[in-house]
Amino acid sequence: MKTKNQTSFSSKYLLLALAIVCIILMGLSGFADARKGPLSWVAGYTVVPMQKGINTVGLWISDLTDNFSTLQDMKAENRELREKLDAMTIENNQLKQNSATLERLQELYKMDQNTADYPKIGANVIASENSNWFTRFTIDKGSLDGIKEDMNVLSGAGLVGIVTEVGPNYSIVSSVIDDKNVSSMILTTFDKCIVSGNLTLMEDGLLSFNQLANNENEVPVGEQVVTSNISDKYLQGLLIGYVSEINVDSNNLTRSGYIIPATNFRELQEVLVITVTKEDLIKSETTINEE
Amino acid sequence: MQKIKRIFICAIIILVCFLLETTIFQKLALASVIPNTLIIVTSSFGFMRGKKEGLLIGFACGLLRDIMCGNLIGFYALIYMLIGYANGFFKSVFYDEDIKLPIALIAASELIYGLVVYVCLFMLKSDFHFVYYLGHIIMPELIYTILVTIVLYQLILNINRRLEKEEKRSASKFV
Repeated sequence: MKTKNQTSFSSKYLLLALAIVCIILMGLSGFADARKGPLSWVAGYTVVPMQKGINTVGLWISDLTDNFSTLQDMKAENRELREKLDAMTIENNQLKQNSATLERLQELYKMDQNTADYPKIGANVIASENSNWFTRFTIDKGSLDGIKEDMNVLSGAGLVGIVTEVGPNYSIVSSVIDDKNVSSMILTTFDKCIVSGNLTLMEDGLLSFNQLANNENEVPVGEQVVTSNISDKYLQGLLIGYVSEINVDSNNLTRSGYIIPATNFRELQEVLVITVTKEDLIKSETTINEE
Repeated sequence: MQKIKRIFICAIIILVCFLLETTIFQKLALASVIPNTLIIVTSSFGFMRGKKEGLLIGFACGLLRDIMCGNLIGFYALIYMLIGYANGFFKSVFYDEDIKLPIALIAASELIYGLVVYVCLFMLKSDFHFVYYLGHIIMPELIYTILVTIVLYQLILNINRRLEKEEKRSASKFV
């Protein structure tokens, strides 16, 4: 009986002590900048390599199953791809002409900023956050590869999210569909709006936008929405998605609606990280101007 | 010696479950939810081994999750720890052969976990779509977790049984 009492007492005290530790940690992580310093270092060298390993095995298995698809399928696909290639070549030629015109016009307007030229590095998605509430994922590049917080992350198609946390050999990316507000603009009219995602819309694969000025500029469905020039974290001109629905708000001053994101967030495998942050760009521009 | 072995095996169980959740279960998501295997581990160690072990294992599970994917370090650790501790109260009514109690306890733990996450991370941000979250996230996760429990719990139970047998044997040697 005596021993039982002892254990129940000690477990109570243990609970209390650990709860206090948790609360202090929560408080600290609110304040401190380098929040998880040593802990994330440990995790980076224990858990992350294992996640990488499992991921490689998974990729290898899916490769293996791909190998079994029949010759006929391959032939059909090949034919299809050839047709696509022809169409693409024609389109490419056209685009080349267009871009030549654009360059000429840009020279005319002395626009020297080209959004496509940001330096990027590729990374693999190795793990998703293990909860159904948020859409964050881990990639296999970290501070050793030059990744820093607030760097923008792209998929082949468009904006995916932003780096929120960096470990030595991994970093965590928060995606735009995850309760984030992104300052953006309509590509053709340069009207600013706020794009945000939430869980309810995520199910339908949509993002919402609001606070788009209700002015004379008509915005058709299918219009491209890109990140704006006034955002302090996102670089200008990254494609977010296409307008799918637009309504005038009841105040008659603003418009809001939905966007179909360009990225398929369910099937992310490789992503590109832009290795300059908006802050760097602004700094370098101001120094040039000062000179 | 036995104690070190037990700690080592528990650590491996937690790590394996975490890795399963973050990598393989992401591919096996049903209705775009994934099961919460860490809650199964925490809760089952809670009612199999008592409050102390429950809360320690819960703390470890939560901390791992905080480090790897949380914003606030210590938040999940606190939730998991309390769940492990609460499950420890049911040690006296737990019998190996009965599967109803474990499933009920794990389901209750999972439900409470979902509610706490909603209240702390969503309701406090004035996001009041509770019914939507209940129907689309909390309940599907609960059901999927129970399905996984049926397999995973047997494994944990067997591992624990074997460990306890060894501990008894080595204890009786010294007497």
